[in-house]
Amino acid sequence: MAEAVIEAKGLVKKYGELEAVRGIDLQVAPGEIFGFLGPNGAGKSTTISMLCTLLSPTAGTARVAGIDVVHDPARVRQKIGLVFQDPSLDDQLTGRENLEFHAFIYSVPAEVRRARIDQMLELLQLTDRASSQVRTYSGGMKRRLEIARGMLHEPQILFLDEPTLGLDPQTRRNIWTHLNDLRSRTGITIFMTTHYMDEAEYCDRIAIIDRGQIVALGTPDQLKAMVGGDVVTMTSTQLDAAAEEIEKSFRVTPTRVDGTLRMEVPDGKKFVPRLVRELTVPVDTISLRRPSLDDVFLKLTGRAIRDEEAGDRDRMRQMASRWMGRRR
Amino acid sequence: MSVETATKPMAADLTIPVDTRAASLRAIYIIWYRDILRYWRDRWRLVASLAQPLLFLIVFGSGLSSSLGSGTLFGARGGLSYIQFMYPGIIGMSILFTAIFGAMSIVWDREFGFLKEVLVAPIDRWAVAVGKALGGTTQAMIQGLILLVLAPFVGVKLSVLTVLAIIPLAAVLAFGLASFGVMLASMMKSLQGFQVVMNFLMMPMFFLSGALFPLTGLPGWMTVLTRLDPASYGIDPLRRVVLSDSGLSSAVVDRLGLTINGHVLPIPLEVGVMLAFGVVLLGIAVVMFQRRD
Repeated sequence: MAEAVIEAKGLVKKYGELEAVRGIDLQVAPGEIFGFLGPNGAGKSTTISMLCTLLSPTAGTARVAGIDVVHDPARVRQKIGLVFQDPSLDDQLTGRENLEFHAFIYSVPAEVRRARIDQMLELLQLTDRASSQVRTYSGGMKRRLEIARGMLHEPQILFLDEPTLGLDPQTRRNIWTHLNDLRSRTGITIFMTTHYMDEAEYCDRIAIIDRGQIVALGTPDQLKAMVGGDVVTMTSTQLDAAAEEIEKSFRVTPTRVDGTLRMEVPDGKKFVPRLVRELTVPVDTISLRRPSLDDVFLKLTGRAIRDEEAGDRDRMRQMASRWMGRRR
Repeated sequence: MSVETATKPMAADLTIPVDTRAASLRAIYIIWYRDILRYWRDRWRLVASLAQPLLFLIVFGSGLSSSLGSGTLFGARGGLSYIQFMYPGIIGMSILFTAIFGAMSIVWDREFGFLKEVLVAPIDRWAVAVGKALGGTTQAMIQGLILLVLAPFVGVKLSVLTVLAIIPLAAVLAFGLASFGVMLASMMKSLQGFQVVMNFLMMPMFFLSGALFPLTGLPGWMTVLTRLDPASYGIDPLRRVVLSDSGLSSAVVDRLGLTINGHVLPIPLEVGVMLAFGVVLLGIAVVMFQRRD
């Protein structure tokens, strides 16, 4: 790997008794899109906050753009762009005015200010709405403006904390197109967190985090290869009997997930006909697919990440932070 | 890597010459500018904020005038009507509320997330406090000075010189109170405390400031409280200057003025008190801002 632009060693964050992050090690190469994937409360936001110098680690070290986050947070901040989980735009100002404000507080030289604002507006396709007040923007446009803002001072790394949270699937895809575009044009490194499994597929590499620790790290394909081959899911009126029989005669251990039997087999195309032919218990439905990151997470943690559930918890968390978070 | 790195390899992007003083000044400017922009854009607020002073002058002033008999300070003999008296006080009131509200918009910024964008920027926190204080000061000055157009309607004559003298006095009052607002905001976590601030700090400050009645001949406890109210030291010079052109004898004006132990305070001293108040409170705000994460 080329010299890492993000390097964390043994990062720990404790809140009293609670250990939110329990020893994170990772390296991100220049130009990479690196995804931090995990359910809510896994420690994603805490980790990203430490890397962005918004929180100081209880233990461990991290260097971002070659600068120690504890010793020189101000210089780290000059080198990184941030897109927060919660909105942070002034919606009474226009898009352009929000960018101008940012250019000033990040000391973007006056000679290039205007050109760079135009360039970023162009890149995120906001040029025609640049003079409208942000309160008239859609959710996706606001996010794009925040991304444009985060890029304005030419950071080496763009950090995004759940950038697509609360956006509809089409808008989410659109944001991703823009992020990819941004990376290929500027070569910027992107570090982002998400709990949407499908999004993680867009990343070059993913770290799966659970309960404050990285449980797996690799490219999406490498991670999926951790699941042995294909995933077969079947339903039956006699699930228990089916499970028992499969274990005995096929030497595969099925797991029960939401009233289905799920098993990982090396070669699904051959396994399914054999299963249907030889199983004495009646099969209702059967399906075969390539493993997804959901399957990886399930295999590693024994639990599924579910977006709906996460959505609820998110809302609760946001409510809680509104009333309590500021007290910290 | 730019071409420069080839000629100066040692300088390779380790030390970007970040001039922190220039960066802070830029930050102060843009924070101030944003406040003015928002103030200007929100025309309705501008109009609405003129309604209250007008209501005070027309309804409250006229109503009270007619019940103040000739035996009082505002009798025919003194030549000063109550409306004339309260007019500079109402200018002071506008400045007081606008300055504090303007500076306290930090709490709104925190509520709606924008403050985060400001606080994570590579700038010194003191610049944020100063920028906000100046933003509140400017808004309050505009708000106060707009009311000068009402002078002819309340029987107050203003010369150009008087107006020129009013501007710095309005600025000093606005600055002191805006600093107060920034300090309050630096201690408030959410909008929840806002009602408390309004009812227990701003309203008493307004009532005790001498905006509505002369601060002479009051009960002892109230005399003390009015002299502790910083706004008194900003409104009194404003009144003296505003009324100076209206053909009143200086004896009458002095009789209405702020005294301590019977001594009339000179305007420079009052200005000094107000400025000191502003500087100290802004200092506290800066410390508070730097401390919080």
